[in-house]
Amino acid sequence: MTAREAAEVASPFLFHEIVFLDIAILAMMAGVGWAIIRERRLFVVVMLSGAYSLLSAAFFVALDAVDVAFTEAAVGAGISTTLMLAAMLLTAREARRPAAGMRIAPLAVVAVTGAALLYATTDLPDFGDPDSPANAYVGRAYLVRTPDEVGTPNVVTAVLASYRGYDTLGETVVIFTAGLGVMLLLGLRGARRSKYAEARRQRQAAARLENQLNNSDEDETS
Amino acid sequence: MSSNHHLVLRVVAKLLIPAIALFAFYVQFHGDFGPGGGFQAGVILAVAVILYALIFGVDEARRAVPPWLVRAGCAAGVLIYAGVGVATLIGGEAYLDYDALGPEHHHGQHLGILLVELGVLTTVASVMLAIFYAFAGRAPDIPDEEW
Repeated sequence: MTAREAAEVASPFLFHEIVFLDIAILAMMAGVGWAIIRERRLFVVVMLSGAYSLLSAAFFVALDAVDVAFTEAAVGAGISTTLMLAAMLLTAREARRPAAGMRIAPLAVVAVTGAALLYATTDLPDFGDPDSPANAYVGRAYLVRTPDEVGTPNVVTAVLASYRGYDTLGETVVIFTAGLGVMLLLGLRGARRSKYAEARRQRQAAARLENQLNNSDEDETS
Repeated sequence: MSSNHHLVLRVVAKLLIPAIALFAFYVQFHGDFGPGGGFQAGVILAVAVILYALIFGVDEARRAVPPWLVRAGCAAGVLIYAGVGVATLIGGEAYLDYDALGPEHHHGQHLGILLVELGVLTTVASVMLAIFYAFAGRAPDIPDEEW
């Protein structure tokens, strides 16, 4: 029995601290999400999305899913933020405000999807329900058999690397494919990069020079 | 960029980067006992190098971790993982059944998990760095006024 289940037995559902924590974290996530929608400076948006990932990692900890929380913190808050920053350097610093007519359709899609998800939550099993599909059948078998068959204290690792070794091999190949795609699209060789940057520098220098010449021309004519 | 720019940032980063890399290996080898494993460790290891690149420049990072090593790492990780499967086949068990790797089955399982997680770490860290190099290599260094 986890600490959370013990607390649920000890006090009525709505009045124990984990529920308040859940509500507080979800409220902060909603606040950050709203701020991301309203914000036009992309740097702030990237930073806020990192904060959003960190909050959702905290939420996963509250749900006792520490492995998922760890991945969310490392991948969502950590590397995604840095990669988005690196990608942002290639584009503008500010997002353009969408036209008023462009906002209705996305709002409708989000509202319908959100309503459908809210409706679906009524069908979800209770939190930690031992008879829920995820905890019964094969999930229970993993928990029962891991100490004897694999012997790692962390059952998640046993499932991920041993029982579901094929899946994880597939995931590794997916990541490899993603890297291969980026390298093929954006340049496989390191040398190509400096050539590109050099050409960019030269273009900028030429543009500056041209500007100065134009300005001095204007000075002479005036 | 002159040497006394972002002095605090540089000093703090130099203190932090070895700790980040060490933490990555802790996450890697402690994955059997606590949360973590190859995916998280690979990402953290890549972050150590990316932090170095952000503060000291991408060219410096390319000197420390050359792109050829990153490209080789992407494929090497998958080969390590798939190679463990081939080794178990040769050992007379099913593909990726680690019992073939050790005399007593828990040893085989531990060794197998350790090796495939090493493969995951190698591929994940290399791919993250490859993506970062590909993006960061196309942009100029961050100008001072945008820090």
